[in-house]
Amino acid sequence: MNRARSSPLKSALMHLALGAYTLICLAPVALVIMNSVKSRNAIFGAPLMPPTPKTFDLVGYVTVIGQGDFLYYFLNSLIVTLGSIVFVLLFGAMAAFALSEYRFRGNTLMGLYMALGIMIPIRLGTIAILNIMVATRLVNTHLALILVYTAQGLPLAIFILSEFMRQVSNDLKNAARIDGLSEYAIFFKLVLPLIRPAIATVAVFTMIPIWNDLWFPLILAPGEATKTVTLGAQVFIGQYVTNWNAVLAALSLAILPILVLYLLFSRQLIRGLTAGAVK
Amino acid sequence: MSDVETLRRPRRWHIAVFLAPAVLVYTAIMIVPLADTLRLALFRSTDNAQTFVGLDNFKVLFGDPRWSVSFWNALKNNVIFFVIHMLIQNPVGIALAAMLSVPKLRGTAFYRTSFFLPTMLSFVIVGFTWKLILSPIWGVTPTLLGLVHLKWLFGPWLGQETTALITLALISVWQYVGVPMMLIYAALLSIPEEVIEAAELDGVTGPSQFWKIKLPLILPTVGICSILTFVGNFNAFDLIYSAQGALAGPNFSADILGTFLYRTFFGFQLQLGDQNMGATIATMMFLIILTGVAVYLFAIQRRMRRYQF
Repeated sequence: MNRARSSPLKSALMHLALGAYTLICLAPVALVIMNSVKSRNAIFGAPLMPPTPKTFDLVGYVTVIGQGDFLYYFLNSLIVTLGSIVFVLLFGAMAAFALSEYRFRGNTLMGLYMALGIMIPIRLGTIAILNIMVATRLVNTHLALILVYTAQGLPLAIFILSEFMRQVSNDLKNAARIDGLSEYAIFFKLVLPLIRPAIATVAVFTMIPIWNDLWFPLILAPGEATKTVTLGAQVFIGQYVTNWNAVLAALSLAILPILVLYLLFSRQLIRGLTAGAVK
Repeated sequence: MSDVETLRRPRRWHIAVFLAPAVLVYTAIMIVPLADTLRLALFRSTDNAQTFVGLDNFKVLFGDPRWSVSFWNALKNNVIFFVIHMLIQNPVGIALAAMLSVPKLRGTAFYRTSFFLPTMLSFVIVGFTWKLILSPIWGVTPTLLGLVHLKWLFGPWLGQETTALITLALISVWQYVGVPMMLIYAALLSIPEEVIEAAELDGVTGPSQFWKIKLPLILPTVGICSILTFVGNFNAFDLIYSAQGALAGPNFSADILGTFLYRTFFGFQLQLGDQNMGATIATMMFLIILTGVAVYLFAIQRRMRRYQF
């Protein structure tokens, strides 16, 4: 459609504004990554210049990989994040199916109960959570974090997934029932595959805050064996405040997995965000 | 309806099986600890035993100068932190979304992706990155300001009591502007074509179309963004902790409820950890967030419902 607003001058001005804001968003990240591969003198002498063959230096990475247990922290983050996502998606989808598919006494009430957690941050219960984890000897285990993140992710997952499950055709499910499929088979073999896109969206949404969380790793699993990459980076960067090469390299290494994750899931994420908001 | 048939069965065990894992984990790790934290706020530990003291802890928190000074300071800072977010994050988010939603504009996917990238980064990365960029030692910011002849503006913003909190709030805005931008963008796209066409037939185009037609229609989404910001801000901790440490310096000028809770509960340096006072602060945060959510649900969202289509 031809509208008055799409004149060339106006669209040029918009590109200028949007481009300027893009620079504000990307420049800090680019600056860190760029300087992480430069020699110390070049970092200070010309921080805004890209590395040249003369100033190229990987000394920061050598320090970080040589001394830090970054790889190990990545592994911990991966275990915790993946573990939590599996439980959030499985338990969340099961509960969403029960709430959206069956009419039973207390259905609405149960839905409201589960929705409470969308707005109330789980962090406020930290003190009692720590007591529970101490009592069950789960402190400094991956399981402690996985349980907390599962509880944290469930409310929103159930809310979004039940929206999608309501759209699955009733005829399809009833046909399956007539064919003698059990309710479990209908859930696992029929409904789950049909809402795969929704599951991917929820997975991405759940993943970002879990991967980035600092509070619970700091409190529930600060031990060396369970440190996540966020906590590890925090401690590590803190130790090396004066070694700029190492700090910049550590920051770049911490950004990297998110960038990869983002490139893998960005389409899903943006589709999910827009779909969720349109609802 | 097969429901009729299934209803006749005495017990539909599969419903319980489907619900049980989620309800159990959620109740045990979220609801029970929340309730228990509220309970702990009414107790004080003496000789390894918990004694019921009613609302005494709250009296201490509000009245005893050893606590109240920090509490009111953290609350005030938290309010400032939130106000800065509301004044900058939402308008910038709306502006970006409005530009992105202009039809026929090229490269919107790239812009959207760029605006959303900082949101994906952890606070630890964001905090340290900005600390380096703003550091007078590195000189990136003074150099950049020098290019536009504004070098005199530069100061160690994170190190000054007057500017630390504002700087941190702006960093947090930088990181989170992608969320309102994306939600509002989606809301703008979902405005029915007929509404816009009708507006154009009536001669309402350009900026006035945005102010008179689109903005009122996306107000519910702006409301959602605001309440999300509110909950996030009054629960914030990570950015301040990773940029300024648990003491939220300089001289507690960046202290917010989250860092105050952390110091109180776990103790820091000379301060001993206090579980019950920690629970008291968590309860206050809970009440503040609950009030905000309630105001949003009952006062704002209800009134806005008539705009939805």
